Amino acid sequence: MSSTNPVVISVTDLHKSFHHNQVLRGVDLQVEARELTVLIGPSGCGKSTFLRCLNCLEVMDQGRITIGGITLERRHKSQALSHDFHAKTRTLRTNVGMVFQSFNLFPHLTTLENVMRPPMVVKGLAAATAKARALDLLGKVGLASHANHYPSQLSGGQQQRAAIARALAMEPQVMLYDEPTSALDPGLVDEVLNVMKQLDQEGMTQIVVTHEMRFARDVADKVVYFEGGNIVESGPPSRIFSSPGDERTRKFLRKYL
Amino acid sequence: MNKTPIFLLNILLCLLSLVAPRLLPAQTPASPPLRWGADAEGGAPFIFPDRQDPSRMLGFEVDLVAALAAQLQREPVFVQNQWDGLVPGLRIDNYDIIVNGLEITPDREQEINFSTPYYVTFEQLTVRKDTHDLNSLQDCSGRIVGTLKASLAERILQAHPDIEIRSYDGQITAYEDLALGRLDAVLMDHPIALYYGATNPRLKLVGDPIGEMKYGIGLRKEDTALLQEINRALEELTANGTLRTIYQRWNLWTPRLAAFFNDRQPSNVQPEAWQAFLRTNRLERTWQDKLEQYRLKYLPLLLKAAMVTIGLSLSAMILAILFGLLLSLLRLYAMQPFSFLATFYIEAVRGTPLLVQLLFIYYALPQLIGVKLSPVVAAVAGLALNYAAYEAENYRAGILSIPRSQMEAALALGMTRWQALRHVIIPQALRLVIPPVTNDFISLIKDSSVVSVIAMVELTREYQRLAGIDFDYLGLGVVVAVMYFLIGLPFVRLAGWAERKFSLDKRATAPATNP
Repeated sequence: MSSTNPVVISVTDLHKSFHHNQVLRGVDLQVEARELTVLIGPSGCGKSTFLRCLNCLEVMDQGRITIGGITLERRHKSQALSHDFHAKTRTLRTNVGMVFQSFNLFPHLTTLENVMRPPMVVKGLAAATAKARALDLLGKVGLASHANHYPSQLSGGQQQRAAIARALAMEPQVMLYDEPTSALDPGLVDEVLNVMKQLDQEGMTQIVVTHEMRFARDVADKVVYFEGGNIVESGPPSRIFSSPGDERTRKFLRKYL
Repeated sequence: MNKTPIFLLNILLCLLSLVAPRLLPAQTPASPPLRWGADAEGGAPFIFPDRQDPSRMLGFEVDLVAALAAQLQREPVFVQNQWDGLVPGLRIDNYDIIVNGLEITPDREQEINFSTPYYVTFEQLTVRKDTHDLNSLQDCSGRIVGTLKASLAERILQAHPDIEIRSYDGQITAYEDLALGRLDAVLMDHPIALYYGATNPRLKLVGDPIGEMKYGIGLRKEDTALLQEINRALEELTANGTLRTIYQRWNLWTPRLAAFFNDRQPSNVQPEAWQAFLRTNRLERTWQDKLEQYRLKYLPLLLKAAMVTIGLSLSAMILAILFGLLLSLLRLYAMQPFSFLATFYIEAVRGTPLLVQLLFIYYALPQLIGVKLSPVVAAVAGLALNYAAYEAENYRAGILSIPRSQMEAALALGMTRWQALRHVIIPQALRLVIPPVTNDFISLIKDSSVVSVIAMVELTREYQRLAGIDFDYLGLGVVVAVMYFLIGLPFVRLAGWAERKFSLDKRATAPATNP
């Protein structure tokens, strides 16, 4: 089944370093449409940086990223970023939804405004259209009754679901999640994971950085194990979790399972 | 035949349009008012507010200008200006002439032109009634003598190194200190001594006239035509006795003046103005009278001045908020030369006194780039430019305190940096800085009193003026303090309300629609 889907995300030879610390060392990854990919790995292995490079919150030093037909390429760290590069970055970002560990909702706006305002600002959507779409999305993540609450009046789980609705309002082709449940009380984790599960069933292409191994095993189409700034191995969860090919993966999973 | 009237009308209009432009310039020279600058706080007998009605000006110079203006067929308009700043104010065209006991000195003649002298006088020694051993400056050796700052009297005293000099800003306090025994004598221009020394029951004028000084009307160097007109008018007023009548009404006609004008005819003009001054001065008021005067005379004037303070503060603050926001954004996000310039501006403005900035804008800009700002514009601009630097730092602190993750979230949604600032960062930062901005606004209301140095009459200036009339700094001071407090109060309340309303943490308040 997966072989029939087109490739939506293609990453080639991605490098990134902070000062002299090489965080990503030539990462290659292909993600097909409708796939849910889970990135796992020890802290500091570069998986979050990888995710942030995908929508240019961190600018790659070198490599090529193609998402939904838009390609960003950089030959070398010393290469200045062109105006064209910045313009493409913005186009790419509207195509990529990002969900953060700490939600990052806009505290001065209500939940509804958080969801309806960005498409109005970025895409020039009319207020009425944006509002209708936002209410629709809030209903989908189970927050219809909280539309007029401010973020500070919501629980962590509710805030994260609102943040997902906000990302969806831009109608992205791809959703990226950077440890979306790490800041949540254990009892609130499932309500967020369920939204992601539902999106997966609807055919959204998603990449999730998480430590929720149960979620990875049950829902992911592909699990990618990261360590030392590169992908150690990847494959369907059934294989990675039951018979990992690499010693490092085995060692990591022993701690979590 | 029907067309004839229209035809005639057309011709008439054509003729009018030809004639009218020639008529207009012929009329204009007579019409502009004669603006004269003086300091009403200088006091009697030059120009001073009527005790009965402080909005009315009295003084021999008021009468002199009225006669002069009538001679020139122009309307006299009095422009209040601090005495120290009379010459600079003339040079930046706040008024056409200075008539305010301005002594003709070589220093001043470098900067401005003087008319022929309209008054000649001398310095007069004043002592307590019980002092019998002081009759000349020689007698004052080892004694304390009071005088006015930067006056001829001060220069004369400085030639006597063994006299201890006390220089005052105003004559009232000097004569008061003399009466109280803090001084042994006071040396001032004879007209001042006459009105403030001789009228004090505890003091007396002693000794011969000391030195000589001539008062002249000050004009800009380039206004030579006006200078000639004024000299001609003064000549006329001297010849027809108008000047002499004015001086006699104010009891200022002295033998020396008679010699100067070469006018020794006997006269029967009564010193009515002098007598009126003595009458109102001796007037002892009951507290009901005083209260009535507060309500009817002082309060309306103070309220008017308070409106100036409010208008000044509000417009300056609005401009400061807008310009400050721009400065903070430039400092934080602009490309290199602009960012540096914004930082430089902020540091330069915060590092120099507001007073210096105001004087610079008002007096130096005309010399530097030929921009002559009116007092109102200069005051608002000065306050706004100064406070913008402080507001910029408030905003910068506010913007920097918004977590980086907010900017990242906005960028991740596809916003440009500017969109993220406008819709996400700045709205949050503005909420955070409400308390410090309110603080600054309260400071600005009070700092607005500094603009009196550039000829703005606002609340503090008006307080000084009115308090000077009756030496009532206490009662009026309380009234003015309450006024300042009341001006600031609504803004403090408004800010408190805004702070609660726009608070980012809504947990304390109930949501708008709770199911």
